Formats: sequence, C-alpha cells, structure tokens
Amino acid sequence: MVKDKNNIIDEVTQGEYKYGFVTDIEMEMAPKGLSEDIIRFISAKKKEPEWLLDFRLKAYRHWLTMKQPGWAHLNIPPIDFQDIIYYAAPKKQQELSSLDEVDPDLLETFNKLGISLEEQKRLSGVAVDAVMDSISVKTTFQDTLEKHGIIFCSFSEAVQNHPELVRKYIGSTVPYTDNYFAALNSAVFSDGSFCYIPKGVRSPMELSTYFRINAANTGQFERTLIIADEGGYVSYMEGCTAPMRDENQLHAAVVEIVTMDDAEVKYSTVQNWYPGDKDGKGGIFNFVTKRGICRGVNAKISWTQVETGSAITWKYPSCILLGDNSVGEFYSVAVTNNYQQADTGSKMIHIGKNTKSTIISKGISAGHSNNSYRGLVKMTTRAENARNFSQCDSLLLGDKCGAHTFPYIECENKSAIVEHEATTSKISEDQLFYCLQRGIDMESAIGLIVNGYAKEVLKQLPMEFAVEAQKLLSISLEGSVG
Amino acid sequence: MLLDIKDLHVAIKGKEIIHGLSLQIAEGEVHAIMGPNGTGKSTLAMAIAGKEGYDVTKGDIIYKGRSLLEILPEERAREGIFLGFQYPVEIPGVSLTNFMRTAINETREYKGLPPMPPAEFLKKMEEKKKLVEIHSKLANRSVNEGFSGGEKKKNEIFQMAMLEPSLAVLDETDSGLDIDALKIVANGVNMLKTPQNATIVITHYQRLLDYIIPDYVHVLFEGRIVKSGGKELAMKLEEKGYEWIRND
Repeated sequence: MVKDKNNIIDEVTQGEYKYGFVTDIEMEMAPKGLSEDIIRFISAKKKEPEWLLDFRLKAYRHWLTMKQPGWAHLNIPPIDFQDIIYYAAPKKQQELSSLDEVDPDLLETFNKLGISLEEQKRLSGVAVDAVMDSISVKTTFQDTLEKHGIIFCSFSEAVQNHPELVRKYIGSTVPYTDNYFAALNSAVFSDGSFCYIPKGVRSPMELSTYFRINAANTGQFERTLIIADEGGYVSYMEGCTAPMRDENQLHAAVVEIVTMDDAEVKYSTVQNWYPGDKDGKGGIFNFVTKRGICRGVNAKISWTQVETGSAITWKYPSCILLGDNSVGEFYSVAVTNNYQQADTGSKMIHIGKNTKSTIISKGISAGHSNNSYRGLVKMTTRAENARNFSQCDSLLLGDKCGAHTFPYIECENKSAIVEHEATTSKISEDQLFYCLQRGIDMESAIGLIVNGYAKEVLKQLPMEFAVEAQKLLSISLEGSVG
Repeated sequence: MLLDIKDLHVAIKGKEIIHGLSLQIAEGEVHAIMGPNGTGKSTLAMAIAGKEGYDVTKGDIIYKGRSLLEILPEERAREGIFLGFQYPVEIPGVSLTNFMRTAINETREYKGLPPMPPAEFLKKMEEKKKLVEIHSKLANRSVNEGFSGGEKKKNEIFQMAMLEPSLAVLDETDSGLDIDALKIVANGVNMLKTPQNATIVITHYQRLLDYIIPDYVHVLFEGRIVKSGGKELAMKLEEKGYEWIRND
C-alpha cells in the first residue's frame, strides 16, 4: 500500500552535499609533513616576529610528547601527521585594497557558497572575513568598523599590525599545553580571524568568518581570537564548508574569547564541513578547541552551535567564569547521519561568585551514526551561589544509530546549585502520520519536527544564520525514521 | 459517487479487524458510523487515510473514481481526504501557523499552484479560527502542545476548515468534550458542509448526532456493518444499547 519506509529513509537521508565542489585556483603549498622546518617555513611565509615562532616551536616540541586522546566515544582511524600539507594558500602577491583585486575564481567560490563578498559590501549588515585553506582572503567592512575602534582582521594581519594584543592574549585561554590538537594548532596554525572590541563599544554589525577548505591533502588549522574590553559587545558568526573528497581531511582549530567587566561575546557556529559519503568514506575530522574566559564582573560568553557536518566532531566550547556574576551559555544542536560521529558538549568552570551557566544540548542521530554529549560543570570552592542548568536531549531517527550522554559534575561549594535534565526520544510514527495526513510529505514532516525539536537552540542564532541553519537541518536529516 | 468501499478487509499485524465492509457515500452526505469499542471504527478511518500497518488484504476503496490502495497518505490528503484524529498528537516546537502554512502550500504545490500569499493565508487563519472559536494565542503555540482535550478537538475542526476537504472522516471527535465544546465542534462541521463534500462521523454515542444530523447511520459490529438506516437508528441504539445489536 505504502512505499517501504526503509526505502524512503534511504532515499532522503542521502541528500547530496551541495558544497562539495572544488575551485581550481593557483595554490602555493608547503611540502607534505610536519617538522620544525615546516613550522619555520610557515612562520617565515607569514613574516612573523621571533616570539611567535618561539611559541610555535614550543608548542610543537610539547606536542611531540603528547598522545592523541582516546577518551571520547569516537572511533578515530589513525592519522598520519606526516601525510598532511600544513600550508596551502591561494597565490597572491600584494595586499588587496579592494574586492576588485581578489582572484575572480575565489570570489566565485564564495558566491557559490552563498557568501557573496560583493553582496556583503553593498548590503550593510555583516562584516565577513573569508578564509580559504590557510589564508584569509578578504575582510569586508574594515573601514566602518575602524571608525568605532573595532579591530576585525585576519589573524596574520593582527600579528603584523597589533602584535602587542596578539602576544598578550594568544594562548591565554587555551594554552598550547591544553590538549593534543590545541598543541598541534599552536604549532602550525596558518590564519583565522582576530577581533578586538574596545571599551564601551557595541559592534554596530554582526561579524562573521567563513572558512573554506579547498585544496586536497591539506589540513586547516585556523586560530581565532576575540577580545571584548569593558562593556564591549559583539555577535560573531562562523560558517564552514569543504569539497567532497574520498580521503579524510583534518581540521584542528582553536578559538579563544576573552571578556572583561560587563563585556559580552555571542559566538555562533554553523558547522557544515563535508561529512563523508553515505558509506562513511571521506569527510572532515573536526577536532576543535573553543574556550572563552569571563575575566571581569558581569561578563558574558554565549556559544551557539549547529553541527551538521564533519565525519568526526570532537568539540567542547567552554566557559571559564572567573569574574563574579559572570554568565556562560552553551546552546547546541548536533546532527549525525550515515556514519558520522560526534562527541561534543561543553565545560562550564565556575570560579567567581554568583556565576551562572546554561547548557542546552540537542542531539539528533540518524543512519548508523553515533552522537554523544559530553559535558563538565565544575563549581570551585570560591563559587558561592553559583548556578548551572543543563538540559541534554537526544532524538533518534531509526534504530541503527546511537545517542549517549556523559555529564560530569564536580561541586566543591555547598551553596552552588547544579541541575541536569536529560531526555531521549524518537520521532513517533504518530507524529509523522499526523503530518502526512495533512498533506505534508515525509521529508518536510521530518524537517518540521526536527526544527521544532531544535527550536530552543535555533532561536539563539542571529537571523541571517537561523534561516540557513533550519534549511541545513532538514537537508542533513531528511528521512531516517524507523 | 465520492467514496465507494467494496468488500473491504483490513488486517493489523496479520490479524483481520474488518471483515468485508461495503459503504457508498455521495457528495453532500453525512454518514454516521456507530458501534461499541473495538469493532473496527478507527481501523476503518485509518485504512481510508492510509496509515502504515493497516493492511487492506481484500476489497478496495475507490475515491473520486480512483483506488486509494496505491496512493501515499500525503497524496490522499492532498486529494481532499481529511482525518480528524481521535487522539491528536503534539508536535513540540512547531507552531500551528507554521504547520498549517506547510500543509496548505504543499497541497497547492501538488496541484501546481504557487504558495498562498502570506496576507491571504493569515486572513484565512483568522476567519477559520472564529468558526471554531479558537483562541488567537493557540495559533502561536506548538501544535497541540499543552492543549486541553477540548482545544485539541477544536483544533482538528479548525484544520479541517483550513484544508477544505472533499471527504472528512471524524474519528470520535466528540470524545472528551463537554457540552459547550461539543456544540462548537458540531457547529463547525455543519458550517463546513457543502453540496460537494461529505463527512463520515465516527462516534460511540448518539449525543453528537443531536447536533450533526446524519443522512445515514451505520452500525459497525465485529468488523462488519450490521445495520444501516436513517437518523432514527441512532435514537433506537441510544434507547436499547448495543446489546440490542448483539442479541439481534
């Protein structure tokens, strides 16, 4: 009577990854492999000061003593770090003063991705830093931002033009000793975005970085540093895509955020790296360290992420709540389909008095995928009257996928309150049939239900992103109900 | 003939629930199907709507001259079949407005029409909400989430009003309603009646039929229609109870 449901599931879960194209651009690349020479090569290419080269080399030497972590609920194939290209950049000779000078193929790439730099320039709204492989291509709206005293540029430019700021804050929140991939990033990072919001300034527009991996056999190791000085505010968005390739590509980024008294940073990510094909071949290994520190009183950091891409995601955007009354938030939707694996969550470290944190995590698993929430809430002895609320929900689509929750709670202060709620549910056949009976087809029905489920998180996203995220959720997941 | 059910046999997980049911419904008619619990009333409704797991093992359902058996449930809906659910499900996070807009526009797309302009859609929402006295705030809440029993049933009739079906099957729409809600629901159904559409009212009690006057009443018992008649049949049932059928 009705088409076999499993067929429908198979058909719709295998929606094509539409960002999988490759742009043919002349590239400048380092030879494969990792060594002190390669690090010196990268540093020299970027005309870096001695102290930064030192930082890289220390990180590299430390990394050599470390082992890849094995505690996550992930099955990570061995990575040959000598088989990766650590520096790949679209060839360009001189500083670009306007978009007209950007390689037209590059502009076309970003246009295809829906990140039209031209458009961004005309429509006031969002300032974009576009990063292709190892290099920031172009940052828009710099002039407008400068008038407010805001620095928004590529990390490399910041190293040249604001070395004192970079030197002061790099590694201050995520030291290179922090973990294996943070150490690797510190040694070989190539570019990324830098943002400084001066005292009392609210950024007049959303800032955004768009990351694109294009070249084959390369890793992307970007580094982002955002500092909001007293009373400053910025909303920052990050997007990412990559071509479809049969081999896995490594992406190991570090993001550091620092907020001073009364400052606020809202960081939103829509992660759509290539997830691999339906049989689990290819895809990005997304091993990212994101951490913010609320240094001042009443400081606030808010992470919102929509994770739909990558073959493997290992990522725990965290907040250190040092200042009294500071606030940390983490809102996450993580979708896994086919053979994707995700181990993601957050850490909230409460140090100051009256600090507050919220964790809302919505995991959605389909196909043969595995989706884990892993989180730590720590109330230190000084954290008088600190509060945390965590809610971790899992939604299963089909019966071959897995959802797991690993919440860790450490409470050393008697006045602190930690609340944790967790649910696991399935999309019910009754919900689906209800939609079908109203004339809504299976794909749209799942899109509706999943977006409804994730609404609490999606509503945290800036408008420009929310629409994209909603579409992405439907595309990544359509079908897969059993 | 709008609907022609011929010797229908329906099984759930291999167990036959309906054993050869025939029923003809023409445009403009209201049919009531009555019967004790567990005799296959809801199974009939689900088989018409095409829910998976309700297997037609024999016979046919012809709607607008076409067999429904090879047609997907969403397509049946778009062709004008509406099921008012006995237990409407909650869809958290999906507003009734968004849900209805999706339903209407997918049906329009199926018919080769452009999406309904937002202004027209909102106007229609307002109109139809009044019809079933649905509170405006309900439209912004998630579908059925936290709705009272009465609100859920009113919401079913509201959706029926929005979708303007050719054939509405109302499954125990009266259950769980107080008398005021019952009147509102019945009034809604009566207002939506046209010479072109038909309604099947499935009910356990005669009560609803005081407000929705059926042209025909059928008594379903152990998977078969055992008696058909006019609205006086419902009265007799109320008076004598289902025991009367059993002993007959």
